Amino acid sequence: MRRYAYYPGCSLERNAAAYDESFRAVAQVLGVELVEIDDWNCCGATEYFSLELLPAYALVARNLALIPPDLDQVVAPCSACYYNMYKTDKNMALYPELARAVNEALAAGHLHYEPGRVRSRHALEVMVEDFTPEEIAAHVRKPLRGLRLAAYYGCVTVRPAGHDDPEYPTRMEQLLQALGATVVDYTLRANCCGGHMTQLDADTAYGMIYYLLSNAARLEVDALVVACPMCQLNLDAYQGQVNSYFGSDFRIPILYFTQMMGLAFGIEPERLGFGQEIVSAERVLEKWRNPPPEEEPVERRPRREKTGLPMPEPLVAGRG
Amino acid sequence: MPEEASANPFLEEVIAFPGGERLKSCIQCGTCGGSCPSGFAMDHTPRELFAMILAGMREEVLKSNTFWFCVSCYYCTVRCPQEIPITDIMYRLKRLAIQAGYYTASITGFSETFVGQVETYGRSFELGLATGHYLRHHPIQSIRMSPLMLSMVTRGRMSFTPKRIQGIRQLRAILRRAKELGGAW
Ligand code: SF4
Ligand code: SF4
Ligand code: SF4
Ligand code: SF4
Repeated sequence: MRRYAYYPGCSLERNAAAYDESFRAVAQVLGVELVEIDDWNCCGATEYFSLELLPAYALVARNLALIPPDLDQVVAPCSACYYNMYKTDKNMALYPELARAVNEALAAGHLHYEPGRVRSRHALEVMVEDFTPEEIAAHVRKPLRGLRLAAYYGCVTVRPAGHDDPEYPTRMEQLLQALGATVVDYTLRANCCGGHMTQLDADTAYGMIYYLLSNAARLEVDALVVACPMCQLNLDAYQGQVNSYFGSDFRIPILYFTQMMGLAFGIEPERLGFGQEIVSAERVLEKWRNPPPEEEPVERRPRREKTGLPMPEPLVAGRG
Repeated sequence: MPEEASANPFLEEVIAFPGGERLKSCIQCGTCGGSCPSGFAMDHTPRELFAMILAGMREEVLKSNTFWFCVSCYYCTVRCPQEIPITDIMYRLKRLAIQAGYYTASITGFSETFVGQVETYGRSFELGLATGHYLRHHPIQSIRMSPLMLSMVTRGRMSFTPKRIQGIRQLRAILRRAKELGGAW
């Protein structure tokens, strides 16, 4: 059994409860034990780093310090939480003066964190790195046959820390394929949704969201699959705003990759937080319940003769 | 460092954080600006802004909106041929602009409400917060927002009272000490 410390983060407590529920449900199927960090605090998102640097690091370091000594990995489903922990640990290791200052602050709460003790990982990273697509496929009870999906990673899920290609990641696609889905080539997969821009300048934010949605709509996907609560919020909750702003008519369900895993594992949608999305996922569930008949494998004629053209004999025997 | 020791005190100020030194190696290639998803809304592209920093144009830089439109996507950071930590420089500029008093309340209000909530409760509620922030700074837009808020509430995705962590005193003590230590960070 694999054991990880678990940092849900504030979003997963309420707004992204669907992500928390589905992540826990699929973890159970895969035999993963998630040990929630006791009394964790908000990691500060990106806002703290805009105001004061040392308190921002100290805030994140408190959570790292609270991880029990027998655990050496922590998993976070929120991309911002994940990257904050990763960055704090890495910079503390890289800059001893920073580590000293952070630990001096932590000492005010009788805590200490030794950089390098805990490896911070994204929930998606764990699913695509610690399990092979074959291992995932072995748990599939109800394949996502006939569902056309686009994978959307957003930014800090893969950038700059990089457990996948920072420009053109592909491992969520592999995961969705292992679940039996049809995956489209969504070239905006690692573009940015604008993060908290909706709170700062709505016009700019809507433009960024529109770009992502219109591209997905052109690919005629049944759903856009995400790995971050902020991405989900921006694309799902603001889809209506974007529609009225641009006069568009997008109705693209925005679902977490863990919800798709759960469906494929045969878990009931109610246990995966379905119904919490603003843009209804009913059509996705409909297809999942009544998948199209399995296509007959088309018999293909070999394109050319097995034996190729004769190759020239090597000039010197024994050398090729 | 005494001010007169440097030809460009503003540059020294900007790069005074771990890794910031690399900004001096900017070759003005423009990769950052070309990669920036919110560049269209900025009054100077990141590359332009760096040229201005290297030219010591303190006031123009700190009054620009560039870093406020940075959404921390890290495209520039992973693409910069000189491995300059651009996103961190944007954070640094936000802090300097706040210290210098060059910002509008509606822009930093969001960050400040957020931070205030964390320091009171130890947890945040991004959406509950959005309402508070919106009501305070964009009363007109918040009326436009309300159908969204309503649908979030009916789906149980919004809460109005953050949960308080048990170790809130401990957390505050840590943050207080961190602020005292302050320093170049
Ligand atoms: S990044 Fe967002 S979800 Fe994660 S802890 Fe911070 S506020 Fe909460
Ligand atoms: S895509 Fe959006 S929510 Fe996700 S990391 Fe980027 S800015 Fe943050
Ligand atoms: S990408 Fe790097 S080197 Fe090129 S202009 Fe931007 S900061 Fe300078
Ligand atoms: S991190 Fe900021 S400056 Fe860099 S590309 Fe993204 S939004 Fe632009």
